[in-house]
Amino acid sequence: MNTQPVVEARNLSIEYLLNKRWINAISEVSLCIDPLQIHALVGESGSGKTTLALALMRYMAANARVSAGEVLLDGDNLLVKSDDEMRQIWGRQLNLVPQDPLASLNPAYTTGNQIAEITRLHEGLSRADAWIRAVEMLRSVKIADPETVAQRYPHQLSGGMQQRVLIAMALSTQPRLLVLDEPTTALDVTTQAVILDLFRELIRDNQAAAVYVSHDLGTVAQLCDHVTVLYAGEVMESAPVRDLFGQPLHPYTIGLLASLPRPTEGVETRLFTIEGVAPSLGERPVGCVFAPRCPVALQLCFDQKPALENAGDGRTVKCHRWQEIASGALRLDTEPKGESAPAPPRQSYVLRARDIYKRFGESSVFDWLLRREPEYVHAVDDASVRIRERSTLGLVGESGSGKTTLARAIVALDSADSGQIELCGTEISLDLRHRERDTLRNLRMVFQNPNDALNPYQTVGQALERPLRLLSGDSLTRQQRQERIDELLEAVRLPPEYAHRYPSELSGGEKQRVAIARAFAANPALVVADEPTSSLDVSVQAVILNLLKDLRAQRGASYLLISHDLDVVAYLADWIAVMYLGEIIEEGDTEDVYHPPSHPYTEALISAIPVPDPTRSQGDIRLEGDVPSARHIPSGCRFHTRCPRKIGAICEEEAPPWRDAGDGHFIRCHIPIDELIALQSAVLAEKAD
Amino acid sequence: MSAANSGVGSSGAPRPISKRPGLRNFLRQLVAQPLSLAGSLIFVLFILLAIFGPWIAPYGFDEIIRGAAREAPSAQFPFGTDRLGRDVFSRVLWGAREIIVIPGVATLLSVMLGTVLGLALGYYGGWLDEIVSRILDSLLAIPALVLALVMLGTIGPSSIGIVIVIVLLYMPIVTRVIRSATLNIRSAGYIEAAKLRGESPAYILFREILPGVLPALTVEAALRFSYAIFLTASLGFLGLGVQPPSPDWGRMVAEARANFSRTPWELWSPAGAIAVLVIGVNLMADGLRRIFRYEGQLR
Repeated sequence: MNTQPVVEARNLSIEYLLNKRWINAISEVSLCIDPLQIHALVGESGSGKTTLALALMRYMAANARVSAGEVLLDGDNLLVKSDDEMRQIWGRQLNLVPQDPLASLNPAYTTGNQIAEITRLHEGLSRADAWIRAVEMLRSVKIADPETVAQRYPHQLSGGMQQRVLIAMALSTQPRLLVLDEPTTALDVTTQAVILDLFRELIRDNQAAAVYVSHDLGTVAQLCDHVTVLYAGEVMESAPVRDLFGQPLHPYTIGLLASLPRPTEGVETRLFTIEGVAPSLGERPVGCVFAPRCPVALQLCFDQKPALENAGDGRTVKCHRWQEIASGALRLDTEPKGESAPAPPRQSYVLRARDIYKRFGESSVFDWLLRREPEYVHAVDDASVRIRERSTLGLVGESGSGKTTLARAIVALDSADSGQIELCGTEISLDLRHRERDTLRNLRMVFQNPNDALNPYQTVGQALERPLRLLSGDSLTRQQRQERIDELLEAVRLPPEYAHRYPSELSGGEKQRVAIARAFAANPALVVADEPTSSLDVSVQAVILNLLKDLRAQRGASYLLISHDLDVVAYLADWIAVMYLGEIIEEGDTEDVYHPPSHPYTEALISAIPVPDPTRSQGDIRLEGDVPSARHIPSGCRFHTRCPRKIGAICEEEAPPWRDAGDGHFIRCHIPIDELIALQSAVLAEKAD
Repeated sequence: MSAANSGVGSSGAPRPISKRPGLRNFLRQLVAQPLSLAGSLIFVLFILLAIFGPWIAPYGFDEIIRGAAREAPSAQFPFGTDRLGRDVFSRVLWGAREIIVIPGVATLLSVMLGTVLGLALGYYGGWLDEIVSRILDSLLAIPALVLALVMLGTIGPSSIGIVIVIVLLYMPIVTRVIRSATLNIRSAGYIEAAKLRGESPAYILFREILPGVLPALTVEAALRFSYAIFLTASLGFLGLGVQPPSPDWGRMVAEARANFSRTPWELWSPAGAIAVLVIGVNLMADGLRRIFRYEGQLR
């Protein structure tokens, strides 16, 4: 086998011009991408993983420069090439699959033309030949009807289809190296699973190598051969995937892996967290960059930068103490601790929402003038949920399933069209304007995006004071409010000085903590959390999840947790409801939902989760196609268009019944419970073999 | 602290983010841009002239100096004198007040009305928005000078008339700008959080949203002001401004035009004053826009 790497970076350092100063972003990184290898670059935001990946293609932002080192493509230094020469290489030998598919496709051209353009440019194909090649490429990325899709414009395709088009485009010139920059971050877990399968297959078939940039350790474990962990612009550890996940040698890697929520851990544990935050550009420590957050740092680590050492078997690690870790002499205590045992859920319900119905599509003036029926989107269709006191209901589903709409209808940000909501035993209005102060106090919300959850023109203190002033029944004095603000900040583990800071001075995780403090300001009974960690890094996510758990235990609140990340839901929720196209199709205890019997849709969702363990493959049930439009809901069982376990015409014609699987576990499916158990246990047994 | 001082763009490249909203930070950034600093200084200078001009002016605006008609610029008459023997320098100084106050009042009114309307339309949306926006669109469709000529021709030329014309012309534009800025903010988490804790609409509009549209508002106000100055001067030139003998720069230009070959200084001075003021305010507006975009607050 040819051992020369496809792409190699030698002592590469990159600097950015920020506020008229050159600041080091990548320091002395050496990296080899071997033929046929899928090489993962893993790190948290700001670690320089995207910068490095693009630099491997010699592609850099306008305010960046290479300050030292070289980048070799097949032994040829790219940094000395002219721009004209690079234009020959880009698109032919080096290709990129970017993060945001819609923004990367030209909206003015059909997808076929965009793919054809590349082969016409680089291989001089004629217009007709290039078109034929484009259709072939679309077929190779498993698009069912390539001729039609080639004639479509990007906006007419779903996110998953757009990503496939980009992959087809990137592969059309049989490149030497593909750079995949978080290519599945914008996709649903079911679509992600399909796309990852496709990568695995296509990269091998095309004899290419690939760099996969991601913060998601699950997809890395499932897709990649070799992993390089970056932190603050330096390589911490680089190893074959099984070694890295099996026996990480660097404290940072160990911490990252330990901070992942695993569904098996149950409700009584806390996640391991890495203390502190990553240093910003220009403020990186002199010694080991990770030392300030490292639980086992020595004085040496602060004084002297460790060298990247060879640890055998193709592994390198940059730590003063790696040998102690490798030999087992030094162990990091990463076991989840069980210190925040929650009070057991009560039997009474904090919330009962019955038959919530919500449609979108207001009739416009034109509809009224033309006397036509507006096209309604049936976002939530008679969904009912119940949440016990001191418990957490996890609401899961793909995007478009209506889970966020249901939550927003409950808090009345988008009032439901019909239905009943009972909070703490009393019926409350569906309309926010008619809700009483007590209702508002008891029903609070944490938003998805911490960056716009706080008003940029108000300090943290002001953001926390307002709900206290408005919602606390007893009128507090200024002094008392100040005390409560300090108390709240302490509860979310922020120092009291933070009351005077503006949101722009906080990191994403800190902003989310303030948002959580705001939700808890007036002792709520139920907190609705809409994807509270989806925009945060793994290590920060662990902190927030622990915090949510602690607050539930201390303050006796309940949660309605919405997430597309089933691991997060399983970690926090004791009860789960699964939504598909506006309907709840399964609900039950977390344990029960995760094990057979479950609805075929739930089964597919669980199967698609990328397990952060390369020795265990993810399930192999894949859903074909996309979630149908909520304008034209399929007849019968809504899931029949994609269901891998469809049993026949009955699925298309009749709405399925609720089937009782015991202990409050209900499944809405035509397949009887016994058969579901038999079918699904067989799959699991097969996988175990 | 740490990660707060830098953000990461989509290409992985970090971009600078300013630390906190605040006046001092704002002024520092203004000083860092020489052109907009110059513009701002010109603006301040003209404001001072508008206030103190009458005291600085060596002569009255309609004071006829005997035997000094059509004098070229000299130490005694820096800008020369006109055909009646009035000191052009004094007339320009006296005129500064009108050219600042009329557009100033008109701009303030347009901005205030436009802001309230824009906030309300952007926040509430729906039928109200559709109807009012269409009415404003139709106002915008009328050419500025046609509206001015018709209005001032009917009600007669007067300061109030000019103010009304400018408000009718610019209020819809301000409304549109503020409305679209509001639309960007309306769905932000902090607005929804405010709704969920039962804030009144007035609080949400003026305490939560208004600070966020302030950058857009400031830039727009500066821009409108420079256009309003120009429009006022144009109306003066057409004889629809403040009536003689008051020293209106636009009318001074119109009167001087006839005598341009004999007394060119009579034209240069008011025309130059208009140009410098308008360019100054424009540079200032440009600087403001850059500062706010740099801060990433004007999305």
